[in-house]
Amino acid sequence: MSAKSDLRPPPRARRWDAPRVAGHVLMGVWIAAGVLLAIYLVGAFSTDFAQRYGFRMLSGFWTTIELVTLSLLIGAAISLPVAAGRLSPNPVIGALAYGYVYFFRGTPLLAQTFLVYYGAGSFRAELDAVGLWTFFRDAWFCAVFTFSLNTSAYQAEILAGAIRTVPRSQIEAGQALGLSRYVIATRIVLPQALVVALRPYGNEVVLMIKGSAIASIITIYDLMGETRRAFSRSFDFQTYIWAAILYLVLVETLRRLWDVMERRLTRHLVRDDT
Amino acid sequence: MRPTLRLAVAAAALMAATGFSQAQEKLRIGTEGAYPPFNYTDASGQLMGFDIDIANALCEEMQVECEFVTQDWDGIIPALQANRFDAIIASMSITEERRQQVDFTNKYYNTPPAIAVPEDSDLTEATPESLSGKALGAQSSTTHSNYAEAKFPDADLRLYPTAEEYKLDLSSGRLDGVIDDVVVLSEWVDSEDGACCKILTPLPLDPEINGEGAGIAIRKGEDELRERFNDAIAAIRENGTYQEINEKYFDFDVYGD
Repeated sequence: MSAKSDLRPPPRARRWDAPRVAGHVLMGVWIAAGVLLAIYLVGAFSTDFAQRYGFRMLSGFWTTIELVTLSLLIGAAISLPVAAGRLSPNPVIGALAYGYVYFFRGTPLLAQTFLVYYGAGSFRAELDAVGLWTFFRDAWFCAVFTFSLNTSAYQAEILAGAIRTVPRSQIEAGQALGLSRYVIATRIVLPQALVVALRPYGNEVVLMIKGSAIASIITIYDLMGETRRAFSRSFDFQTYIWAAILYLVLVETLRRLWDVMERRLTRHLVRDDT
Repeated sequence: MRPTLRLAVAAAALMAATGFSQAQEKLRIGTEGAYPPFNYTDASGQLMGFDIDIANALCEEMQVECEFVTQDWDGIIPALQANRFDAIIASMSITEERRQQVDFTNKYYNTPPAIAVPEDSDLTEATPESLSGKALGAQSSTTHSNYAEAKFPDADLRLYPTAEEYKLDLSSGRLDGVIDDVVVLSEWVDSEDGACCKILTPLPLDPEINGEGAGIAIRKGEDELRERFNDAIAAIRENGTYQEINEKYFDFDVYGD
């Protein structure tokens, strides 16, 4: 394939111009800050602190993972009919789905969580009458409920947007071959749409992980809740650094997982010219 | 304290000291503004309460101009250390844990904790056994949450950022009880909002947890400011101003023994 690589333009000469110097300086500052932080953490590490709060923070970390996973899965299930509504030619269904997405994307997750948690609290008698109070009484269910609805709106928009990118001609080709709607959807449209949707889905998962910290203010001991509790007892600022590191570990793991999935889903697009 | 933190605090103190000499007449007081009747904001956004009146009386006594800064409870000590204000007058109990971070003046009041429960509660006493498995609410980062953790380890302790939120959850029935200062809870159950609930029992003060009462927190090493506050507290106790403010809010002496 040497002929092909000969066609490439020669690499541009890289001079030490101002932006490049500035970039290196900034990078240096960041590396220095990271090293200082690492030195601080090593110096500040105490087995006493780790023993008192380490286990609780890890259990909070697990609570965060559970909360996010559950919400994302339920949200994904809800997003399917909402996405279908967004793509529906029926104006009433379309408007309903649009309104749903508009509300959940247009208001802060914090406000939604408060609305559900304390709103449910003030309608206790009514909820009791219909047997829903046992559900809304529990902070955990309130959080999963709100987060699921919130993420379903984002996921529906991602999915609907991705399906729109599949050319209409593909569906027509399927119909010409006499394939059923189900086969067209699962074998032609979705595989192509999911390639487009993969990265936005990844963003949504990351946003959900960070947004889940909101659960801590409605009495759930997730990673943020345990962090605040540890900080309130120790006044030690490293608690927040450890929490940040745990969140980063989670996000980085997902990022790598997403790289693997993208390679797998796009393996038919890789060109053999390297 | 660790060396790096000590350095940071020393630097903050130095900055404060130089800043202070330039504006001698102005003192910034940090308070929470969500803890009636001690400190709260009324409908027009005005800060009110026992702490605020005491702070104003002390400033008058010290002949300085006081400016109030409201700050979330969870971050109030870090904010003092970060020089956002010069003193905390917000019903902060003087405890060992906090003493490692800040200095305190002498107490300016001391009241015991209590537990409030819904009117129809079947709880009759506050013991580790009776509260076992019960949902008990408290404001986070308070001596009361520490008290609950230490004395009622089997209770299901829920922590809230402010007192407002646990009150909502107690009246909606999410909580079986809440723990806070007896004055705060009595004031609430006597009000319209707190009609749902009653005081179960006051709790005995534990000096190890509750400390010596509520004091004014200042940055470490500002001994001069601390002494000025101490003198002012003694002076308003002496000249009757304290008693006047006390009577305005309570029908008993909150200063304690």
